[in-house]
Amino acid sequence: MNHKDRWLLPAGITEVLPPEAAHFEQLHRRLVNLYTTWGYELVIPPMIEYLESLLVGVGDTLELQTFKLIDQLTGRMMGIRADMTPQIARIDAHHLKREVPTRLCYLGTVLHTRPNKFAGSRSPLQVGAELYGYAGVAGDVEIISLMLETLQAIDIKDFHIDIGHVGIYRTLIQEAQLNKEQETQLFDAIKRKAIDEIDVLLGNWHTPCAAHEMLYELAQLDGKDDILHTARRIFNTASDPIHQALDDLVHLSEQLGQHNLYFDLAELRGYTYHTGIVFTAYVPQYGQAIAKGGRYDIGKMFGRSRPATGFSTNLRALASFSRLPDKPSTIFAPAINDPQLKQIIAQLRQQKQLVICELPEQIGDAKAMGCDRELRLINQNWQVVELNTSN
Amino acid sequence: MLKIALSKGRIFKETLPILSQAGIEPIDDPETSRKLILDTNRDDIKLVIIRASDVPTYVEYGAADVGVAGKDVLLEQGSSGLYEPIDLHIAQCRLMVAAPVGWIAPTTGRLRVATKYIHTTQRYYAEQGKQVEVIKLYGSMELAPLVGLADCIVDVVDTGNTLRANGLEALENIADISSRLIVNKAAMKMKYVQLKELIERIRVAVAS
Repeated sequence: MNHKDRWLLPAGITEVLPPEAAHFEQLHRRLVNLYTTWGYELVIPPMIEYLESLLVGVGDTLELQTFKLIDQLTGRMMGIRADMTPQIARIDAHHLKREVPTRLCYLGTVLHTRPNKFAGSRSPLQVGAELYGYAGVAGDVEIISLMLETLQAIDIKDFHIDIGHVGIYRTLIQEAQLNKEQETQLFDAIKRKAIDEIDVLLGNWHTPCAAHEMLYELAQLDGKDDILHTARRIFNTASDPIHQALDDLVHLSEQLGQHNLYFDLAELRGYTYHTGIVFTAYVPQYGQAIAKGGRYDIGKMFGRSRPATGFSTNLRALASFSRLPDKPSTIFAPAINDPQLKQIIAQLRQQKQLVICELPEQIGDAKAMGCDRELRLINQNWQVVELNTSN
Repeated sequence: MLKIALSKGRIFKETLPILSQAGIEPIDDPETSRKLILDTNRDDIKLVIIRASDVPTYVEYGAADVGVAGKDVLLEQGSSGLYEPIDLHIAQCRLMVAAPVGWIAPTTGRLRVATKYIHTTQRYYAEQGKQVEVIKLYGSMELAPLVGLADCIVDVVDTGNTLRANGLEALENIADISSRLIVNKAAMKMKYVQLKELIERIRVAVAS
């Protein structure tokens, strides 16, 4: 590395410069304030912790995404968080240990070993909220509503919500009595909605049973809320957990009916991790999910099973949908040693006005420093005047 | 507005009749036009003409809502970020291992395999418990064993004429290949009505 490329950052590692940084901070405060008004308490988990606590019950993808290093003090493996959710679950299950529902929110940088295919970033700014200790569908409704409020707080008005329930597939696959390899093949095909492949696979296995037919139908069950009625008909003879799942989805659709809801019963995102309703928010002109979440329980890994649901999103991605605020008005104060001037400057700053003091013999005048107003001594009084007015 | 990503050549030629049956006709001819976005008889549908190996990327990113891509490309690039609702049964061929006629696989040392499908090849041999040396090439794979660059090749085989002309023969079938209709996940949820209709029309066209 020579002086010409010493400034280079590693691929996918980003920094935020003015004026974007101020904008990020504004959005950050806006969101934390929003979550606070809903009773979600802020927690600040560590950037790095022992690998095993970061990776409990979260699947292989997250493990590959986690940077690892060895703790010189203990010889144990540590990981830099690639997702904050397991940390929040650990805090809830191990430290807070409340009996009542617990609401937590968080914001921080996470690090990924591989860049996101499209955004190219390896350091998203994760922000989210989690609700612990309540298993009912009202919890899912609250979390989804809060996710929608989050988008609206960022001035995103047009969004679509995709809702699924991994419990339906999980119940069917248990009843289908397939071996591990068949299960993997079918799972892969259903995830891609490859109807033709599913048909061929099930045909090859020659073991027709009710669950097989339902799995085939499941791959096509996506659309507006009317598919919930179709599902009820198709799964008529299915076992109770499926009807419970459908009841929950119907309830959800009634509660959130005013939004653009789309139901996809074959949505298997985060299948190893999620336990119930899962949801994703999309916005037009952006081919990827903007925010997502769902129901899970990893509290048991920390010694205390806790039903949980939550969502998270990336503030960097959200910020790109929000207009940069106008540049704040800035006052330039000349480098004159006058107690009266000092007092005026202090007063202005107290009123949240932005005042930049000139440094003696500095380069550049008020305009060059980006100011639109300045303090001038007029008739023995310091007054704030617009820069473009001449007198 | 729906954008359909297609690659020039065989896939385009074999997709056109299906699209036509589904009521979509391009106004410009991609073979003569230099335009990369083609208008169709339908105001709400445009065709985007790109390289075959770029089609999954465009669709996954949402730059196109729908695309037609060979299963060979999808296997190689991984298609978990896409929906693959229809097997179009066009541009059919096979992904195969081929080597010079009469070639016997060495019993010691690592096999050197020339291919442009490096991930698929790696995975195929790994499943058999074999570690191989994969040599990435961009074309004219058949040449590699002839000049001693590799022991064998992995490539798509249609008629087998190119193999025969170069003294090679196909040995093992890795996968049957055909083109698939692929759909962007976000578009599937946001342009649900339009897309479901399009997919249904194409499904009917393929079945007939």
